[in-house]
Amino acid sequence: MRLIGELFYSFFKIGLFTFGGGYAMIPLMEKEIVEKKKWVNNEDIINILAISESTPGPFAVNSATYIGYQIKGVLGSIVATLGVVLPSFIIIALISLFFMNIKENQVINFMFMGIRCGVGVLVINAALKLSKKLSVTVFNVLLAIATFLISVFTDFNIIFVILICAILGLIYYSFRTSKDLKEEEQC
Amino acid sequence: MLELLNLFYIFFKIGLFTFGGGYAMIPLIRQQIVIENAFITEEVLLDFIAISESTPGPFAINIATFVGMETQGILGAIFTTLGVVLPSFIIILLIAIVGSKLIKTKWFKNLLRGIKPCVIGLIIGAGLTISLKNMIPTLDLKSQYDFSGFNYLAMVVFIIILVLSKIKFKNKKTLSPVMLILISAGLGLVLYGIQSLIA
Repeated sequence: MRLIGELFYSFFKIGLFTFGGGYAMIPLMEKEIVEKKKWVNNEDIINILAISESTPGPFAVNSATYIGYQIKGVLGSIVATLGVVLPSFIIIALISLFFMNIKENQVINFMFMGIRCGVGVLVINAALKLSKKLSVTVFNVLLAIATFLISVFTDFNIIFVILICAILGLIYYSFRTSKDLKEEEQC
Repeated sequence: MLELLNLFYIFFKIGLFTFGGGYAMIPLIRQQIVIENAFITEEVLLDFIAISESTPGPFAINIATFVGMETQGILGAIFTTLGVVLPSFIIILLIAIVGSKLIKTKWFKNLLRGIKPCVIGLIIGAGLTISLKNMIPTLDLKSQYDFSGFNYLAMVVFIIILVLSKIKFKNKKTLSPVMLILISAGLGLVLYGIQSLIA
């Protein structure tokens, strides 16, 4: 029972102090879970990193669930996930209560008008950063352009777009031999 | 009760189809929450992305909690957050119990190879659309090509922040998102403040 409490507390701390999302929590995880508590080792963290790359959901939730399970089974995964989610839940719930009210202040309003422009830049830059990780192949470029056009100019449901692209990936890469792919990726 | 279940369902879908984390969710969230269901406005979504940069926690959870609170109060927030967390919770639990062989197969990897360029196209699309809509509120690229409501101050702030975001310092670092948000807040205050004083 004590372990459950410690599990919750550790992940609560991780959830509370991870700003910037995603992988920013790894140093904290290493310090808290690997070094301090010795519940898992670094290899497990690399493992969950790889798994999280291939599954939906935020890394925070994924890693909490996975590591929680390693430590205390299903109960552990529930407790760890609850712990990592609760800080932001509480903070955002509090912010929400005041959010609409503070926007009635004209000074704050002007600030948010500026902020909205900044956010546009952030999103575009995030997209450009992600695109650098992807190799420039015909398939990738065509698909990116197609989804771009579809999402901007049509009302086509994005979930279907994602599913179709997943299937296209399955079909396309299943028919290409590994030799073709190696040649392509060298370009 | 129906609204709560609907919220749960919508965020369950969002949680299930978001690969790539963080901003990768924005296209889907925008379509589900702003466009199709009008739970919040486009402006509020942008405001909230900025807030989320300054608070702990993944964007997915933050936006779920926020929309839940705004639509159905604390109970709504519980349903939305539960919804967005559950898909990955279940999937990871299955993988932890059964093993990760399934996601290491060629089949699954090929599925992901289709999703990755798709996500990039979607995020670029979302980024451009929200930036454009912020500068020209009357423009709707899907139906209404009305360029009349052009907000030139918005464009000025946008360009300044865009340029600032590309500056690289000597240690190869760039301005952090939080810094850029703070600067854009300051710019907004100054520029829109002056505009309102003149008018």
